[in-house]
Amino acid sequence: MRRYDAIVIGLGLAGLTAALRLAEGGARVLVLAKGVGATHLSSSTIDVLGYAPAAVERPREALPGFIAEHPDHPYARVGVDAIAEAIEWFKGRVDYSGSLEANLLLATAVGALRPSAVVPRSMAHGDLRGGGKLAAVGFATLKDFYPALFADSLRRAGVEARAITLELPPERRADANALAFARALDGAAYRDRLVEALAGQLGDAERVAFPAVLGYNAAPEVLEALEARLGRPVFEVPTLPPSVPGIRLHRTLLTALRRAGAAVRLNNVVVGAEGGERVESLRVRVGLREERVAASWVVLATGGFASGGLELDSRWQARETALGLPVSGAPAPGEPRFEPDYFAHHPFNAAGIAVDGELRPLDGSGRRVYENVLVAGATLAGSEPWKEKSGDGISLATGYAAAGLVLGAPAVAEARS
Amino acid sequence: MDHDDVLGPLLMRESLDHCVKCTICETYCPVSNVTPLFPGPKYVGPQAERFRTADEPSPDASLDYCSSCGICTQVCPHGVHIAEINTQARAKLRQRTGFPLRDRIIARPTLAGRLGTPVAPLANWALANRPLRLLAEKLLGLHHRAPMPKFAGSTFQRWARKHASPAAARRVAFFHGCGANYYEPSLAKMTVALLEHNGVGVEIPKQGCCGLPLQSNGLFDDARKYVHKLAEALVPYARAGMDIVGTSTSCTLMLKREALEILGMEDDELLRTVSPRVYDISEYLLAMHDRGELDTDFRPVPETVTYHAPCQQQGHGIGKPALELMALVPELEVVESVASCCGVAGTYGLKREKYQIAMDVGVSLFEQVADTRSDEVVCDSETCRWQIEHATGVKSVHPVEILHRASGLG
Repeated sequence: MRRYDAIVIGLGLAGLTAALRLAEGGARVLVLAKGVGATHLSSSTIDVLGYAPAAVERPREALPGFIAEHPDHPYARVGVDAIAEAIEWFKGRVDYSGSLEANLLLATAVGALRPSAVVPRSMAHGDLRGGGKLAAVGFATLKDFYPALFADSLRRAGVEARAITLELPPERRADANALAFARALDGAAYRDRLVEALAGQLGDAERVAFPAVLGYNAAPEVLEALEARLGRPVFEVPTLPPSVPGIRLHRTLLTALRRAGAAVRLNNVVVGAEGGERVESLRVRVGLREERVAASWVVLATGGFASGGLELDSRWQARETALGLPVSGAPAPGEPRFEPDYFAHHPFNAAGIAVDGELRPLDGSGRRVYENVLVAGATLAGSEPWKEKSGDGISLATGYAAAGLVLGAPAVAEARS
Repeated sequence: MDHDDVLGPLLMRESLDHCVKCTICETYCPVSNVTPLFPGPKYVGPQAERFRTADEPSPDASLDYCSSCGICTQVCPHGVHIAEINTQARAKLRQRTGFPLRDRIIARPTLAGRLGTPVAPLANWALANRPLRLLAEKLLGLHHRAPMPKFAGSTFQRWARKHASPAAARRVAFFHGCGANYYEPSLAKMTVALLEHNGVGVEIPKQGCCGLPLQSNGLFDDARKYVHKLAEALVPYARAGMDIVGTSTSCTLMLKREALEILGMEDDELLRTVSPRVYDISEYLLAMHDRGELDTDFRPVPETVTYHAPCQQQGHGIGKPALELMALVPELEVVESVASCCGVAGTYGLKREKYQIAMDVGVSLFEQVADTRSDEVVCDSETCRWQIEHATGVKSVHPVEILHRASGLG
């Protein structure tokens, strides 16, 4: 049986972050995942704290108060400094801009404004805090971005916006989704056609918004070429899955992870653990077999209910699917679980794995379940990421902190030195 | 075998209920990314499957353009058996539309092997002869440029009859597959030498085809017969407590998982006895290394190679053991392939209507091989090696060949 310094379960933002920091820190890392994680589906921006509950302009200033009011929140477990450190670490590995000091105000695909702290460079020009005069360009065959709707919503919010819809379907695609356009834009020929089609149409627009399809393999080059040829700043607006910027983020982190020497195995489903106070080995379903893999440390980053890290059965019993950890905060049968209003406080939203200040899972009486298991990301109890706009920040900060706790543990630190 | 997980075989079709239409499979599908003829795994898989009822015809013919590479299943975050559902649905579609003579021939590598081996020089000449290949394309629909291996002229089985493996505490049965038997017996001999060098005795059972090409071409009944016969040949070794190791990664996957899941052979007791004992050779060698049983006193191999883990190797869910093994070889520079698929997918890229699709799928791999000026391309699957050599002109070898050389055996 192989023994790793750490096994990370899950390949979303929290898992990628934990695994990459561990591997860069010299740990022997194995990532086990059922499949590719939810980073692919995300807008790729790092939203740390958008609402508390009023709109947050300065997350670093707002976080201490937020943590004081939410003592069970994952942010309360890792602290503001770790969040800030995680963001700096992240920005050192990806082409992102923004900071914890001030939230940018970006437009969604339907033209609603949302606060976000750290965003891909290709979205940075979409910061609408100071208003602006912009042209929104869409493609008739791309169903996930309607420039007219986008521009209309923005005008209602006081931003001058005009819609331009182009034909230009990419060739040889059965379904022209965002990815098909991104691949087409990798090529200079399609970019030429796009620029020609826009000739004389941009008028006095100061900036140009596109759906987030500006390049798949050659994204920096596509952005640079369009800004140069259109003669003004260009920015991307995230669309529905497949989210091209989400895929780019996943690929960047995964490539770094492989370079750092971590092993990644897909279609590996962790179905249980062996051991007492410490997990000695994991039971992993690989195809039709069940195998054992041993590690000194386990970072659980399998996601919440939406990703299958947590499950709810027909009798409303919640369970954590990989290690069978106790789920905290799930309303008992008969108690209210959801409210009719979408943006209300839903008792079920905060359900998850409760942890202590060192991200160790706790049982109902507040005792550590395992000494060498750490939990990161959406599996954690205590947050309402949709309301707070905090999901990416939680994944990044807790994944980063989990790796730090493992790297700082005496046994691992000794092996590394 | 318990069935409480969506990855269990009994829940295979039902796994489509776990599909949340997240599009990750579409993003990774190598075929739909290069041709509009295949609308992608989500459409023909979990979505169309709901319209396929027992008594009605399959709703779409585009399914035929799925190459069965299996990448959709590998990347699915919810455990949906997309590729398996599609392979089963395609077999039903083929039952309705019929099986061309071409598919019946290329799905039986043992037949071609037996016919071609005694007349190898003539057969190799014919396979390299353009007018004959154009004729074969016209008559059979086999693309005239499609990569074809060369008959070795003498089979590995023939060599094996005279080979006596030295006494050893640990013995394995070697499942070499048809490719090594008829076309690459040197790879099979290297495997035997490498295992023996590391103190493992090697039994070489008489064996036939694993049925994978038949399965890929929708000929399920014949595929089941082949699998059963192969299981019959291997089961005495499994019963004797021996592990069964193979160099053809798609064929070992067939015994490990696909025949049980896709062909629905979970009631075949012989296969159920054999299956848990089957290992990919690199997986096996790395496990030996973990136990300190591998002689890692390797000689330098001063080369740059691209390592491409084929789709079927990735279907094992074992990561990339060949990468870890090659990392032990001094002076060997290994570049990991960024591509998920070389395109050929067994017999897919040989077909007239699919040859160009297969070549387009492999472009990023072929470009990487050229860009890195690789001396060789290392790859675990024979049909992929032939495709890579055909497209790049660079020699392609199995990881065993590198380790054999590094062990000072060749």
